[in-house]
Amino acid sequence: MNDLEDLYREIILDHYRNPRQRGELPTPPATRAEGFNPLCGDEVVVFLQVEGDRLVDIRISGQGCSISQSSASLMAAAVKGKSLPEVRRLIATFKAMMSVHGTALGSDADGEEPSGEAEDASGIVPVDLDSLGELAALQGVVKFPVRIKCATLSWNTLAQGLDELAAAR
Amino acid sequence: MAELTARSDPRAAELDVAAIKRDFPVLAERFRGRRLVYLDSAASAQHPLPVLRAQEHYYEHAHANVHRGVYALAERADQLYERARLTVGRFIGAPDPAREVVFTKNATEGLNLVAQAWGRRHLRPGDVVVVTELEHHANLVPWLMLAEERQLELRWLEIDEGFRLDLSRLTEVLRGARVLAISAMSNVLGTMPPVAELAEAAHRAGALVVVDGAQLVPHQPVDVGSLGADFLAFSGHKMCGPTGIGVLWGRAELLAATPPFLGGGGMIKDVRRDGFVPDDPPQRFEAGTPPIAEAVGLAAAIEYLQGIGLDRIAAHEHHLTAYALERLQQRFGRDLVIHGPREPEARGAVLSLAYRDVHPHDLAQVLDQAGVCVRAGHHCAKPLMRRLGVAATARASFYLYNDEDDVEALADALASAGSLFG
Repeated sequence: MNDLEDLYREIILDHYRNPRQRGELPTPPATRAEGFNPLCGDEVVVFLQVEGDRLVDIRISGQGCSISQSSASLMAAAVKGKSLPEVRRLIATFKAMMSVHGTALGSDADGEEPSGEAEDASGIVPVDLDSLGELAALQGVVKFPVRIKCATLSWNTLAQGLDELAAAR
Repeated sequence: MAELTARSDPRAAELDVAAIKRDFPVLAERFRGRRLVYLDSAASAQHPLPVLRAQEHYYEHAHANVHRGVYALAERADQLYERARLTVGRFIGAPDPAREVVFTKNATEGLNLVAQAWGRRHLRPGDVVVVTELEHHANLVPWLMLAEERQLELRWLEIDEGFRLDLSRLTEVLRGARVLAISAMSNVLGTMPPVAELAEAAHRAGALVVVDGAQLVPHQPVDVGSLGADFLAFSGHKMCGPTGIGVLWGRAELLAATPPFLGGGGMIKDVRRDGFVPDDPPQRFEAGTPPIAEAVGLAAAIEYLQGIGLDRIAAHEHHLTAYALERLQQRFGRDLVIHGPREPEARGAVLSLAYRDVHPHDLAQVLDQAGVCVRAGHHCAKPLMRRLGVAATARASFYLYNDEDDVEALADALASAGSLFG
């Protein structure tokens, strides 16, 4: 059961059972982005409140498995209050972590790439696990390639929301 | 090969599942030191040795392109391919196998062929197509596509509280309809609608009956005549045959009135600079090099299933489903919800499970640790999932190679999921 314990770490189950930043924000002024995992019907809705260059608030709604929901909860807790460049960097670092064992399985397979983050010539973003804090708990997911999409769903949705916001400005 | 016993009364004879399991090499595989408990045959079945051997034999001794090859080797390929067509046709009681059996890629392609070729030629704006809430996207999206293009009216037969089709408004729904598109067995609920009865009503209303047989044909004897189908589509890989081959059966006069679907080699009588003359069915619908080895494999799969007996397979699955319903209920009580008809006789061997509030993906992941393969997701039936009020289910499905031990393995694995997500 080692792999499975690695996948379902206590911190993941905790965020699944007690999701942080759960709910909605009024739109406008908040931005709403919606993501689907067509494979399993999971859906996540991300509400973003940006003021100036800062993500001052974020809420998550939707439904899904423990991995997609805990990843969304961990993400919301991690990005709230951060500057937009910091958020972008975190998205890139997280997605790099989700692809370290394969050739970018997670990012290739789900189609929607966060834009604007520099990768080196090999296409690999160096992963600084320390910078991820609690998010590093999700690294066990890469051993289960099918579940990578679950973990990256909310992150892609967040990136999509940031893109829409940037385009609208 | 699996022994045949007690031919006189097929329903009384139990399958020798241990012997059948030995026919399927993959079932001897071990994952994390555990035996494989394959409960995902509704998605795709496994393959017995005779099917693998038949394809291997074809490639080693008989491969050439079919049609128009004059040399002896090509003749061999031709014969095997056309013999496979006859085997398939007889298997489903086709009155004219040589003309009525079209090889496709899968059931989905067959249903698209009906909508895109027959439907586009014969349906007009405002025409009514009746679909059911039980449909897989394969018998739904092609009609939605055509409805959008041709401004058709789509009407729905819905399910009732018992997960069966609600037929109280049948006459009204069918009034003026041109097509009834219906699944003979739900891949989510196991529900088996009374297709013959519905077909009779549809025919009285002047509608053609397009049956999605992907889930039914592999599991019990099917006769297109008594089913009342005008078109019947199914897939090879769900009945122990290869992937990449499916079957569309259509009544000869309907196929004759259907224009080509895909254009290319092998489907024409003549091509000029300004046009073409299509070939007769079934060649008209088999553009390009067809799945020849797959047809040979499918015929071998049918012969394998017939050797055991579709009656006996159906009886076995029925017994196993009843056992599973009772056993799981007994062990998990209200912690486990099984979406689908309660009565084993009204359903196929498909169990859509909801265990406490464990998400189906997580459930499937934990079951996998025990070597138990189930499918988690919406099963390509989103309107039905919406009706059930769930985003996904975990689905266990049985076939001839499953037994009570497999049901017990499922139950044990469910219990371990309970302790993890407790």
